[in-house]
Amino acid sequence: MILEAKDLTFRYPCRRAAPVLKGVSLVLRTGERLGLSAPSGRGKTTLCKLLAGWEEPGRGQVMLDGGPLPRRGLCPVQLLWQHPEEAVDPLLKLRATLYEAGQPDPGVLEGLGVRESWLERYPSELSGGELQRICVARAMRPGVRFLLCDEISAMLDLVTQARMWRFLLGQAEQREMGLLIVSHDRALLERLCTRILDWEEVEGLGETRKVRQ
Amino acid sequence: MKNRRKSTLLLVIFAALALCLVALAGALMASGAGIADFTRKNLPPGWGHLFGTDWMGRDMLGRTLAGLSLSIRIGALTALLSGGLSLALGTACAVFGGWVDGCISWIVDLVMGIPHILLIILISVACGRGFWGVTLGVVLSHWTSLARLVREETLQLWQAPYIRMARQLGASQGEVFRKHLAPHLFPQFLTGVILQFPHAILHEASVTFLGFGLSPEQPAIGVILSESMGYLATGRWWLALFPGLSLVLVTALFAGVGERMRLLLAPASAQE
Repeated sequence: MILEAKDLTFRYPCRRAAPVLKGVSLVLRTGERLGLSAPSGRGKTTLCKLLAGWEEPGRGQVMLDGGPLPRRGLCPVQLLWQHPEEAVDPLLKLRATLYEAGQPDPGVLEGLGVRESWLERYPSELSGGELQRICVARAMRPGVRFLLCDEISAMLDLVTQARMWRFLLGQAEQREMGLLIVSHDRALLERLCTRILDWEEVEGLGETRKVRQ
Repeated sequence: MKNRRKSTLLLVIFAALALCLVALAGALMASGAGIADFTRKNLPPGWGHLFGTDWMGRDMLGRTLAGLSLSIRIGALTALLSGGLSLALGTACAVFGGWVDGCISWIVDLVMGIPHILLIILISVACGRGFWGVTLGVVLSHWTSLARLVREETLQLWQAPYIRMARQLGASQGEVFRKHLAPHLFPQFLTGVILQFPHAILHEASVTFLGFGLSPEQPAIGVILSESMGYLATGRWWLALFPGLSLVLVTALFAGVGERMRLLLAPASAQE
């Protein structure tokens, strides 16, 4: 499967100023681990939102195998949110959150070190790292082909970080998923990814191509 | 022991009991309250008749209770109906957006632009006055502010990452509403509905007082008050004073409960 961003332009409706994204293009294949590094404020998170279908681009298209993203049912492209405390419903116990799309694989919970006792608590009673692991476990559904990891390990200590990435790389290989890993930690990307793009290579790629042609 | 949670709970229990008692007593006395007995007409308040009697010898305590009981029942019905209406239309605005939102928001602005009492009189007269005229009038004029609140809350929640997550994990709109939206909306909604009670009761009484609401043979507070106007000049002050005071008391009870609930459920003041 191929996830493709074609010449995306996007501006937030309330802001009249310049668009956040301008002519962004990107290709991600299953089985690939693509790293994207950029300084903050360039629109990495906005790009992830567009790729996952949370927002509609003003111009350009997000294509999954040449067609649009499905609007109903489980989306094959899952975004892992940077702030796990915002990605879980504060009024629900974590068991309900984790089972949102069905019962998770027991191997997944074990691999991520999610303890059974966490699931009887509310989000405010767990740390960011614990919540993030639950969010990752929640996204590990059979139909998922692409994971967009937007700075997902920034709040973890090094041991847990290493453990989570080892788990994610293993799962990506086993399930033949494509990973987009967004971070401004260049060293981390170099360890994890099969291909790394700088923001300059992503933004305005469409335009430079046109110029070259 | 002086914490708001406990005192609010006590107040709510007390108010609920008092209102139920009034509603029940009024309903039981409704048949007896209309009996005329000319041997005891125009008695001032005393031990036999705590609120006095009127020019037809009817016991004013009984009539007042029966009137309040009717008011409370109308208040409950209208609060529930207009609450349901505002929940449905408010969430529809936020979830469907586009022209649905535009249409409903336009109606909200339209209804809010007309003075309440005028709108109630218009609707009540158009529906043939009486119980349903008043009820529909109050329901159709009071759903707007709560609908606007629900719309804004839902709009904000709909953008929240955890709702987006639920959507990308395949939850349908109905599931999102049941699992994620409803628990968040409930506190504001409950407060809004309770605060609608006093409005409904006062409007019912005032429309009836003006002669566009309940019919004169019904034991309504508005009817009692408008009749008593003719006797005030002859010195029969008790005909207006006690029913009026009881109406104020019942309204204040509801408003107090609603206000306490608001303080308790609003995040900014919940911990005080």
